[in-house]
Amino acid sequence: MSAATTRTEGLHVAVLNGGSSLEREVSLASGSRVTTALESKGHRVTRLDVDAGLVTHLDDLDVDVAFLALHGSTGEDGTIQSLLDLVGIPHTGPNGLSSALAWDKPVAQGLYRRAGLVVPDHVVLSQAAFRDLGAAAAVSRVGDLLGFPLVVKPAAGGSSLGLTIVGDPAHLPSAIMGAFSYNDRVLIEQFVPGPEVAVTLVDGGTLPPVEISPRDGPYDFSARYTPGATEFHAPSRLSDAANAAAEDAARRACDALGAHHIARVDMILADNETPTILEVDTGPGLTATSLVPLAAQAAGLAFPDLCHRLVELALARAGRDEPAA
Amino acid sequence: MRLDTDPYLQHYADRVGGLSASAIRALFAVASRPEVVSFAGGMPDTSALDFDAVTEVVARVLAEDGPTALQYGIGQGRPELREQLVGVMAHEGVPAHLDDLVVTAGGQQGLELTAKCFINPGDIVLAEGPTYVGGLGALTSHRADVRHVPMDADGMQVEVLAERLQELARDGRRPKFVYTIPNHHNPAGVSLSVPRRHRMVELAEEHDLVILEDNPYGLIDFAGETRVSLRELAPERVVYVSTMSKTFAPGVRTGWIAAPAPIRDKIILLREAADLCPAHFTQMVVERWLATQPWQAQVERFRATYQHRAEVMLDALATHMPPGVTWNAPGGGLFVWVSVGDGIDTSDLLAKAVQHRVAYVPGDGFYADGSGRSHLRLNFSYPPPERIREGIERLAALITDERELARAVYGDDVPAAGDVDAARPSGSDSSTPRTTGRIDMPAVVAREASS
Repeated sequence: MSAATTRTEGLHVAVLNGGSSLEREVSLASGSRVTTALESKGHRVTRLDVDAGLVTHLDDLDVDVAFLALHGSTGEDGTIQSLLDLVGIPHTGPNGLSSALAWDKPVAQGLYRRAGLVVPDHVVLSQAAFRDLGAAAAVSRVGDLLGFPLVVKPAAGGSSLGLTIVGDPAHLPSAIMGAFSYNDRVLIEQFVPGPEVAVTLVDGGTLPPVEISPRDGPYDFSARYTPGATEFHAPSRLSDAANAAAEDAARRACDALGAHHIARVDMILADNETPTILEVDTGPGLTATSLVPLAAQAAGLAFPDLCHRLVELALARAGRDEPAA
Repeated sequence: MRLDTDPYLQHYADRVGGLSASAIRALFAVASRPEVVSFAGGMPDTSALDFDAVTEVVARVLAEDGPTALQYGIGQGRPELREQLVGVMAHEGVPAHLDDLVVTAGGQQGLELTAKCFINPGDIVLAEGPTYVGGLGALTSHRADVRHVPMDADGMQVEVLAERLQELARDGRRPKFVYTIPNHHNPAGVSLSVPRRHRMVELAEEHDLVILEDNPYGLIDFAGETRVSLRELAPERVVYVSTMSKTFAPGVRTGWIAAPAPIRDKIILLREAADLCPAHFTQMVVERWLATQPWQAQVERFRATYQHRAEVMLDALATHMPPGVTWNAPGGGLFVWVSVGDGIDTSDLLAKAVQHRVAYVPGDGFYADGSGRSHLRLNFSYPPPERIREGIERLAALITDERELARAVYGDDVPAAGDVDAARPSGSDSSTPRTTGRIDMPAVVAREASS
């Protein structure tokens, strides 16, 4: 494996996408766009739907670098990053440890808070707490503590899968059940009113904050992936100070995780000014309706150039022999 | 600056507004992976076809009539094929003349053309609850107001239909048509009893209604029985739709409509606007298949295969499912309709199911109003027996565990099966409005789990 190469043109890139995660379809859409983009930059691209034969495939193909277009578990939780480190293939995106930390939303929120950032007040409940410790008797206290409405979501995972906004106590248990379909733990957050903004970090810099305004209802799966269902503004229509605060908060959140190369930081600007961090996505979507490509567009950064830059960064990290995690 | 992910938004027709991405469809992308046992599709077992015979048929069509086979045809479809299809209908005891028929691209195009022919936005259609998801798609794409009539072991409850018609009549309204799948219903797996067929036709006379009779599964009856068709009872009131997808192969996309002459003529014009004519090549393949091959024997082979698989599935369900889960024992068709009982939302559970390598279709897909969330549909025609056993075992373990979790989360307030529909707040993943409509599915034929 040519880990120490400085050559960044005409590479053999494996675009990893698909797999068995719940976000398979989104990942295939990302992978398709990335493949076209990298080919337009002159790279030889092999697109792989990841499965149990992945390591053998990669060995046979002798690729220079792996581009991660995987979303969901395995792709974003540090698993694939650690595996690629083991077999000596440089990969795009943050390293395994940063990915694993970001993937665990409750742990990550603790880190953001430690770094002095604001996160929504929240409670984490595991299936074990209900099965073995009688947590049901305490559920009513969640509302007492945080107030309604509440945001109920799986403690890990993306694309708003399993997310419910709960307006009253009667609907809280079913929302918890729904989120448990995606993960063993649920994160129950205070609903923070205010505009939702996503800030993309690339190579240490920030792209313009993207303001997210679904035309109807919450920014759920349908609002994310139906073209036209959500209106985006980049930079956001907020004040310059608010945009600057959002970018600063995004940088600090990524620093708290040690997440470099690329990440997307989702936040609410409470009262139009205070960034409240919801989560950091270390394997952000790259589909036609995804936020990172929109931010790049607003910055005048062509999508193929963005993909190529991520490949360069992956090779540079490998060349420096940075510890994998 | 404003970034448009769909710059055409202002240009679309109103009917496109409701078409959006869905988390459930995204989960089906995982269900198609080979490691997942999928009971989700409705696919026939095309590997049960005699491929030497199919190859021979296709080769002869090209060798003997190649230039014709690859040419345009007429909108109504080839008379030679229509004559053969009349024979297929006769095999099931359904009367027709070849002039009554319009060949379509599968039964689905028949449903869509019928919807296009009759539905203005907001028009009411009464349909079984649950009903075929593709039929719902055809109706709602023309913005029909689909209202469900509950079912039991004998199919649509026609006395409830009578009440609904009365209520509408009192408001000076009348449904555009009644949509029914009388034989081996998809997804409910039951058939409309003969007395109810007579009653439905009586109601159609009384209220001057058209009936859309969707019959893909009539010949897939495990006992080899057939029932009198609505078309036979009221040929002037019925638009009859059928298909070769279950008796030959869905890949040839050959179905047909049999309708009264005025409706037939409108349908032909609509179809010519849509796609000019049915594919000539596959029409000739189907025509030759029916004319030269023992197609009835092939149907028998499908029946025997599906009957065996249904038995395997029912045995596995009885062995593994926890108490409180019920299902019907289908006498034909491709599906088992399952009620998972209290406290479980099958739409939510699908995410967990695909992670446990098993998939199904959640019940709410078969309702226009978002109900059905305590039901799911299982297909038995496609997975081989050993995969059926494996998949049901996984699903049963999952439901058992989910039941325990529901008890732990809800405490003493586990929502009753019908109330699961109402338990989810708006603003959850699906934007479908919820109703509390409790669905009493075939309780009479439902078999309680043995353990």
